Amino acid sequence: MKHVDELLKDVPKISVQKYTAKDFQSDQDVRWCPGCGDYSILAQVQRVLPELNIPKHNLVFVSGIGCSSRFPYYMDTYGFHGIHGRAAAIASGLKVARPELSVWVATGDGDGLSIGGNHFIHICRRNIDVKVILFNNQIYGLTKGQYSPTSEFGKVTKSSPYGAPDHPFNPLLVALGAEASFVARGMDRDPKLLQNIIRRAALHKGTAFMEVYQNCNVFNDGAFFTFTEKETKDDNVVVLEHGKPMIFGKEKDKGIKLEGFTPIAVSLKDGKYSVNDLIIHDEKDTMLSFILARMSNLPNLPRPVGIFYAVERQTYEQEVARQIESSITKLGEGTLDKLLNHGETWIIK
Amino acid sequence: MAAKIEKLDEVTIRFAGDSGDGMQLTGSQFTNTTALLGNDLSTLPDYPAEIRAPAGTLFGVSGFQIHFGSKEISTPGDTCDVLVAMNPAALKVNLRSLRDGGIIIANRDGFNEKNLKLAEYEINPLDDGSLDKFQVHAVDITKLTTLAIQELNLSTKIVERSKNFFSLGMMYWMFSRPLDSSIKWIQEKFKKTPEIVEANTRVLKAGYNYGETTEIFHARYEVKPASLAPGRYRSITGNEATAWGLIAASSKAGLDLFLGSYPITPASEILHELSRYKNFRVKTFQAEDEIAGIASAIGASYGGSIGVTTTSGPGLALKTEAMGLAVMLELPLVIVDVQRGGPSTGLPTKTEQADLLQAVHGRNSEAPIPVIAACTPAGCFEAAYEATRIALKYMTPVILLTDGYLANGAEPWLIPSPDSLKEIPVKFHTDAKDFQPYSRDEKTLARPWAIPGTPGLEHRIGGLEKEHITGNVSYSAENHDFMVKLRQHKVDGIAEDLPHATVDGDERGDLLVVGWGGTYGAIKTAVENKRKEGKSVSQLHIKYVNPFQKNIGEILKNYKKILVPELNLGQLALLLQAKYLVPVIKLNKVEGLPFRADEIEKKIDELLK
Ligand code: SF4
Repeated sequence: MKHVDELLKDVPKISVQKYTAKDFQSDQDVRWCPGCGDYSILAQVQRVLPELNIPKHNLVFVSGIGCSSRFPYYMDTYGFHGIHGRAAAIASGLKVARPELSVWVATGDGDGLSIGGNHFIHICRRNIDVKVILFNNQIYGLTKGQYSPTSEFGKVTKSSPYGAPDHPFNPLLVALGAEASFVARGMDRDPKLLQNIIRRAALHKGTAFMEVYQNCNVFNDGAFFTFTEKETKDDNVVVLEHGKPMIFGKEKDKGIKLEGFTPIAVSLKDGKYSVNDLIIHDEKDTMLSFILARMSNLPNLPRPVGIFYAVERQTYEQEVARQIESSITKLGEGTLDKLLNHGETWIIK
Repeated sequence: MAAKIEKLDEVTIRFAGDSGDGMQLTGSQFTNTTALLGNDLSTLPDYPAEIRAPAGTLFGVSGFQIHFGSKEISTPGDTCDVLVAMNPAALKVNLRSLRDGGIIIANRDGFNEKNLKLAEYEINPLDDGSLDKFQVHAVDITKLTTLAIQELNLSTKIVERSKNFFSLGMMYWMFSRPLDSSIKWIQEKFKKTPEIVEANTRVLKAGYNYGETTEIFHARYEVKPASLAPGRYRSITGNEATAWGLIAASSKAGLDLFLGSYPITPASEILHELSRYKNFRVKTFQAEDEIAGIASAIGASYGGSIGVTTTSGPGLALKTEAMGLAVMLELPLVIVDVQRGGPSTGLPTKTEQADLLQAVHGRNSEAPIPVIAACTPAGCFEAAYEATRIALKYMTPVILLTDGYLANGAEPWLIPSPDSLKEIPVKFHTDAKDFQPYSRDEKTLARPWAIPGTPGLEHRIGGLEKEHITGNVSYSAENHDFMVKLRQHKVDGIAEDLPHATVDGDERGDLLVVGWGGTYGAIKTAVENKRKEGKSVSQLHIKYVNPFQKNIGEILKNYKKILVPELNLGQLALLLQAKYLVPVIKLNKVEGLPFRADEIEKKIDELLK
């Protein structure tokens, strides 16, 4: 069997079977709370998949535990609802065993960064070709409202009535620090952007990490509204586009410029700065990716969304396959007879 | 005058020194040469958890015992006949295992003031007459080694490292063994550093010639080959045999083998061994932790490989939740637990049998998993093969229990012919018509194995309770009750597939000694010795711990007394009592060492007084 990416290369647009979004909807009732951001993420995935021409039976969605991890039940593909935090490890085993499959992980901020943090960083560094969608709602939904590893410091929740004493993770920095080869941030309420990210992630060879701001309207309503709602969005979000200057604002009159290693927001109106002074986004620039990811932690800066980083490097499963093939070339295909009788043996008559 | 050659039926030698002295290497070289000569043998490596424990200390002593003979050998030997002690600590720690009249070969140079003090000797035991009941040969091993290679101008460190080959050479001379196999090994092992090949070879020969030319040893010994069944043999350790059993099963089943594993003593050698066989398409995934080890293996099984994870007690504890997932998913999976001393980190390099209840029962809720126990180092091959066969046939995780003693112990193994191994038929489900992921085979109750990539079978599985037949998530009370019972029933039903257990000895009698796992050899030796004395005692060794074979209950009824020796506080005893309501007498020891046959014999005597 051929690797999915090779299939994609061979038949870029003409597919044997034309799918629609509907083909990816399973017969199970979707049971997220009405109004939950999860619906949008599901819809965008189902919308993008038909474009990719991946045979439905070669798609596998793996998840852990949490609201987001119900995802596989709603996809009419192969699905594996695992145990808390372990989706990345399960998916790693599956992908290494079956490189021709297209393997996806649906996880949350608790599942992926708290109980499953270890597996998350290791899948990133190994660069196993798995697409990881992290639904970040900055809260524990399924267990009814405790603070999560991405909740802001001081957040008052059921388990932190006096405010969370924890400093939060920045998921993008975790992924970049773990050497992920594709790192992006999308939002449930920006379908076009999210679709674009999912599409690019699907085509990426290697671990593709997507953080998605997801509204939990029951336990953490409005956590991202500054970035997602019409009134505030334009002034508080900068959309990253490869090769383009970082411009934002309702009037497209603001930009991001580097001062030393520090990004600052500048006005393009007062004649002091022009577009030429702004950062030109480069997905392949490792240093820049860290600076941009850091922007979420700095005050008075818009939140970057889009694709922060995308470079190709050898995947884990490619190296495994290479070692196997070269060993077979050198030693011949292993047989039971060879196994049992190699090395030092003696005969007793 | 050449020393006269005496014939012996069996001998036990123990090599002991600092953990940096290369005693394990010396022991395994002696083992290989001895195996090639056709002796039967059994070994017991016994080493500290520290890689290079402080030199000269009592806790840093590393030992390797080999028991070999011209007759059948089942244990590494209760006491040794020869003790090679490279320093005072090695002597002190191991003296209690030397029989009266036994031979001590001591490296006199190692008995310096510093080392004597570290070993808490006030006077040098080589000089104070305290060893009079033994035959003591104090040899200047370090000095002689230095002399043998002085013209090579090597660093003292290299010279120091070569001295174990001097001891090996002396032992080869004393027991009339050829040097060629070890020389070949040295050439291969150190081929990148010719000066080390030269040094080690010279020292090995010097040790041999020392025996030949000096007259300090009064006798040489000869141990004729054992009358083993005809065929091709090799020497194999338990961990190697486990790895090979897994590869053999994968080859027979025609499926790829995937190992997800995190390094842990004493199981790591299985990972090392499997990672060598890339041309068998074995994929080894050194995971970030124990949980990822099993989770990745489950992922691989889901994808149609034979998923395997290997570990020891603490790791098994970490894998618990994922084992429950595998029970729920009903996917094939082999979990190998090489037991070691516990609880917690316990005694990493020592053996124990105290994970039995953890294996059988140690999971949340009702999560039945078949458990198989290997009995001998070479027996790990068959046990691993059988564990895989059952996992595939019944679509279930299976736990294989071995232990530190089996894992590191070596013995000659009659290599099976590939045709003699049971077939392992596997069929992936491919028919999309009326496909139901949790429908079942009528006989085995196994569910279909429908792997991703199969058109038309797209379906979802997971850890939530499954609805019978459809596999949809179900919270129904009746369905849960039904499914819990069904999963138990499926595992219990495996008993139908198992050969009847057999007793070694008489069908009925005064005493039955029931064991499981690595105690096999010690119990066998003890029972045989007592039977020779005319005692009515027999042996039953349990390989299938869960479910038990169908006739175990019947067998137990036929003896007046039942003795269960275990390296724990009575875990099999508990299971037997619970299931068969029979009174059992326990014999328990948890010293981190295997039973000696005489410990069991003593108990048999006491019970048959
Ligand atoms: S609890 Fe929150 S995250 Fe979970 S389904 Fe409801 S709205 Fe969505």
